[in-house]
Amino acid sequence: MVIKYFSWIREHIGKSEESFDLPSEVTTINELINYLNGLNDKYKHAFAKRSLIKIAVNKTYSPIESKINNNDEVAFFPPVTGG
Amino acid sequence: MKKKNSPLIDIKIQSEDFDVTKENKKLHNNQPGAIVNFVGIVRGVDEKKNETIDSLSLEHYPGMTELEIENIVKESCQRWDISAVTVIHRIGKLLPSDQIVFVGVASKHRQNAFDGCNFVMDWLKTKAPFWKVEENKNKKKWVEFNSLDNDATKKWKT
Repeated sequence: MVIKYFSWIREHIGKSEESFDLPSEVTTINELINYLNGLNDKYKHAFAKRSLIKIAVNKTYSPIESKINNNDEVAFFPPVTGG
Repeated sequence: MKKKNSPLIDIKIQSEDFDVTKENKKLHNNQPGAIVNFVGIVRGVDEKKNETIDSLSLEHYPGMTELEIENIVKESCQRWDISAVTVIHRIGKLLPSDQIVFVGVASKHRQNAFDGCNFVMDWLKTKAPFWKVEENKNKKKWVEFNSLDNDATKKWKT
């Protein structure tokens, strides 16, 4: 699985992208966030305001309950501020 | 029934500036009767905090940005009779007074061009994955989402 981070979420975590094999018990975005939070405090800090965070699965906006698999590209980012 | 020509759609994410006159010439597809432009300009002041801004930097999600803007533009073309749409959004470092975004919509009649342009811009502000960071005296601050932008999209939910 590929995970991408943008804006201040990228800064909190300290990287823009990472890839790893999804553990079999992780089947949704919510479970993925819980899994990442268990890795270290940088993720906990980045995901502290979970309701603020926008999620894309394969470049499409997706809800936090979305099912995911090892071939997906998941992105986490704050509300957008372009234009 | 006569088949409608498909609209000409041009979406560009770039660090370079754009030339509004040249872009409008390209929008002369299918002999439009009206072209409406929106040009966003970098403000030199954070109005909420009354602080000056030295520069602005924009990052985006390559691939998703283009997809989101294309979806918005295609929806505008379904809602109104539109002959051409151009969207240009700049990324990277920008200075106050720089052009940041261009939306040009061509149509046979003005109301479709006005509405189409307004629609594309409103949804771009809330859906296209861009993020701005402001810099002032070497201090960086991520721009916060403005809930008024969300409110602006409500008029299109009919």
